[in-house]
Amino acid sequence: MTAPTLIACHDCDLLQRETALPAGGAACCGRCGAVLYRRMPESLDRTLAFTLAAGVLFLLANAFPLVGLEVQGQRNATDLLGAVCALWDQDMRMVAGLVFLTTVLSPAIEISGMIYLLLPLRLGRLPPGAGRMLRFLQAVKPWGMVEVFMLGVLVSLVKLAHLASIVPGIALWSFGGLILLLAASAASFNPHEVWARVRL
Amino acid sequence: MTAMVVTAARLGLLACHACALLSRPAAVGAPARCPRCGAHLHHRKPNSIGRTWAFLIAAYILYVPANLLPIMDTSSLFDSQRDTIMSGVVFLWTSGSWPLAALVFFASIVVPLAKLIALTLLLVSVQRRSGWRPYERARLYRFVEFVGRWSMLDIYVVAILAALVQIQSLATIHAGPGAIAFAAVVVLSMFAASAFDPRLIWEPVNEDNG
Ligand SMILES: [Zn+2]
Ligand SMILES: [Zn+2]
Repeated sequence: MTAPTLIACHDCDLLQRETALPAGGAACCGRCGAVLYRRMPESLDRTLAFTLAAGVLFLLANAFPLVGLEVQGQRNATDLLGAVCALWDQDMRMVAGLVFLTTVLSPAIEISGMIYLLLPLRLGRLPPGAGRMLRFLQAVKPWGMVEVFMLGVLVSLVKLAHLASIVPGIALWSFGGLILLLAASAASFNPHEVWARVRL
Repeated sequence: MTAMVVTAARLGLLACHACALLSRPAAVGAPARCPRCGAHLHHRKPNSIGRTWAFLIAAYILYVPANLLPIMDTSSLFDSQRDTIMSGVVFLWTSGSWPLAALVFFASIVVPLAKLIALTLLLVSVQRRSGWRPYERARLYRFVEFVGRWSMLDIYVVAILAALVQIQSLATIHAGPGAIAFAAVVVLSMFAASAFDPRLIWEPVNEDNG
């Protein structure tokens, strides 16, 4: 059929020959500049390690309060799901759903899906439905917005700083770590390598 | 650019959008699936221009209430205050947090509008089969895809404030109807960006090199 060394750019459809890359290098489309594929050193090991650590921090980020507010002896703290519930109770169901989708559900799917894929691969086996799972994860990825949420927390805290004293919670620090780990996991992941192991 | 521009489509090959595998469809025009990952294969995203316009126009319409209606309702002992996106930015500015005011202004006002305008520009240029600066337009599209998520910032701020500021004796904050419209603008413009097929930008260029 076709030579295995050809690749079509996903953004402009130009056919190009695949070439070997140095470790850490990226191949860009010669016409439109889109990144076609990359070669990450020890991609599988690193991605799995970052993802497992991200899973731990994700649990912490959801189990503990995010921030607390202290005014005249009164204390009010919220966790992530508390923010979703507050919107839900104020009849902002669609917005509550969107916040839940982008800060809880998407990261949860992303982390557990990656572990489902990478842990068996690390042990030399291909998990059932690997292709379908990888495709699903690619579709979910744009909806995970933990880094934007973190910025939202910081903006809220500045807005409240004049009103009350703020007590940062464990989840706040967990969130900070989670963002770094998810970014590191995405940067070291090489879907090209996994696809190559999915049998035709 | 050289005269030899060979695209996958020209050779009758379909590239999988998910796993990048090239394959040859059984028959031209027949529904095809990727032999490796099972994704539906298309020469171009189906009805890309029409669907992008639909999402885009809906987003433009909702952009108006998103900016005019209050996104947040603060009631304290003495008064109650309704904040739109813009008045939230003004509040940050006057309270001395200039970097933050600039950040929120950029994320909530500049980015959504710029995204809508950029997609309109891309659609119009593609419909006119323009060969104008394809490289810059391709980069514009990737930038639009990348930057759109940051518009969610204000939605998160409202969510956190509404959960946190529930101190009955002092102040309570509720989300306002503008938040619904604003969230809809963000989601619709994300759908619009993903419905657009950047390969359309290059079609006139492919033909010129024919
Ligand atoms: Zn390209
Ligand atoms: Zn495929």
